[in-house]
Amino acid sequence: MTPKTVTAAEIAAARAAHPLAFRAPLNVRLRRAALWTGFALLYCWCLYDFDVSPARIWEGLGRLGRVLSFMFPPHVWTEWREFSEILKGLGETLSMAFLGTLLGAVIAFPLCFLGAKNINRLPILRFTVRRGFDIIRAFETLILALIFIRAFGLGPLAGVLAIAVGEIGVLAKLYAEAIENTSTKPVDGVVASGGSRTQSIRFAVLPQVWPVLLSITLYNFESNVRSGTILGIVGAGGIGFLLADRIGAYRWDEAWSIIFLIIAMVYLIDWLSGLIRARFIGTWEGAR
Amino acid sequence: MSAALLAFERDYSVQRRRSRLTFLAVTGVMLALFLLSAHASNFFLVTQVTLADGSRAERWVIGAGLPRLGEYISKTIPELSWATLGSDLADWFGRWRIWAVLLLETVLIAFMATVLGVIGGFVLSFPAARNLSPNRWVLWLSRRYLEIARTVPELVFALIFVFCFGIGPLAGVLAIGLHTAGALGKLYSEANENIDMRPLDGVKAAGGSWFDMIRYGAVPQVLPNVLSYTLLRFEINVRASSIIGYVGAGGLGQEFRTAMSYQEYTDLSALFIIILVTVTVIDRLSEMLRHRVIGLEARA
Repeated sequence: MTPKTVTAAEIAAARAAHPLAFRAPLNVRLRRAALWTGFALLYCWCLYDFDVSPARIWEGLGRLGRVLSFMFPPHVWTEWREFSEILKGLGETLSMAFLGTLLGAVIAFPLCFLGAKNINRLPILRFTVRRGFDIIRAFETLILALIFIRAFGLGPLAGVLAIAVGEIGVLAKLYAEAIENTSTKPVDGVVASGGSRTQSIRFAVLPQVWPVLLSITLYNFESNVRSGTILGIVGAGGIGFLLADRIGAYRWDEAWSIIFLIIAMVYLIDWLSGLIRARFIGTWEGAR
Repeated sequence: MSAALLAFERDYSVQRRRSRLTFLAVTGVMLALFLLSAHASNFFLVTQVTLADGSRAERWVIGAGLPRLGEYISKTIPELSWATLGSDLADWFGRWRIWAVLLLETVLIAFMATVLGVIGGFVLSFPAARNLSPNRWVLWLSRRYLEIARTVPELVFALIFVFCFGIGPLAGVLAIGLHTAGALGKLYSEANENIDMRPLDGVKAAGGSWFDMIRYGAVPQVLPNVLSYTLLRFEINVRASSIIGYVGAGGLGQEFRTAMSYQEYTDLSALFIIILVTVTVIDRLSEMLRHRVIGLEARA
């Protein structure tokens, strides 16, 4: 049997019979056109407002090409003194992320019960606590770091505290949501066998959420390692300071090498925490 | 006691001992990590401070800093009184003309950067999806590119681009755009990996090329997801563009820097309120839009 071919006349007939299958109605087309025109106009206005000209882009790309050309071969520190400084910066970033996440978790853990619907039965208190978490999360870590530098001086301590305070808002919210997602049946069991409310939390709620809490904390540690690398740019310790220093001095080859090391470190942390999660914790569906 | 019960008791004690050992080991490791990182980040550092009477004393840094922190924060709170509320507010937001322009710039930086990131991430998400990539090398290359683009923070890109393109919003747009492309490309490619492959087979059977398969088979399936991720990213980018000015890449961030270095404390709280309100408004708007899109999708 030969395959059936469609003739032009048949297509025309089908088009006449079912116009909507071939073309959207006029008002839909008009709305779409208006949306795209508005979008394009806004973008063009942005280009004008930001003073973007082909010449400027071209010049910038030329400079970027020159900067990129310093990437290879990457700078290799031959002197141990210089290299140990870089390693110390990386270690400082890791310590800041670790300590910040740990402190944040320790403070957020008791607070999260106040924000969980199935533990805290007072809507007003719960609402207040939840908005408190929101307000803390509204502070950018970098801005917190800038404020803490004024109080605690330049250095990694400001970074640790900035990460910790930011984490309280994030972790308390995520913990509270994890607690709300627990099953009520174990709680009923504990209550039925004569347990108090504290005991029902300890023996029915907590065992359900432990793995989720650990998983959330681990994910936040990872993201803090990523975001902690820049805190040094404003003076809050870690590898960011060394990087900003190199870029400021136009030592691009060293800057690129530091960026490579940051990427390697983040990979390593991702891989390690993936291992830990797979081995001990299991998956958390809210993972980003 | 029956044999089964004895066996249970024995197994139970073995289990108990093992979990206790694990607990001890984990605690030990955590404690070691804590001490190590506390040492590296000066957590327990003790320094000399000058007391009120002029004498020097040894103090724990955090303990000494906390009152200073309170002092600093209280300085940022302006004096408002009911009687002169109008003029007090006018004084607090005295630079509102400049801030309004910079706020618009901040939102526009986020907008342009999101568009750039969406274009870059969308184009690369198809070669970076395991089920759609034409071959292994393309897959590997596009994945590595996206990973690097999202691992390097936008502030670092901004430092580099400020050097190349000069001080101003262009550097910020490019920096946030590049980072966004990396972050969105990953999310989009994950959406791509979850699609139904049958429509693509249909397009292929009808003689379509790889591009046709993507255009008519994959894109219609992922579009709602793409829209939802994009709106979420726009909010994140508004926050990012509000601080990127700190390194000279345009937007409100430069005002933060100015206010900090000239010690205009009340400006800081005003700027913070402006950013908070903007981000909240954009949050709400895009959430409404997102729910509408998802609702449309559910009905279809």
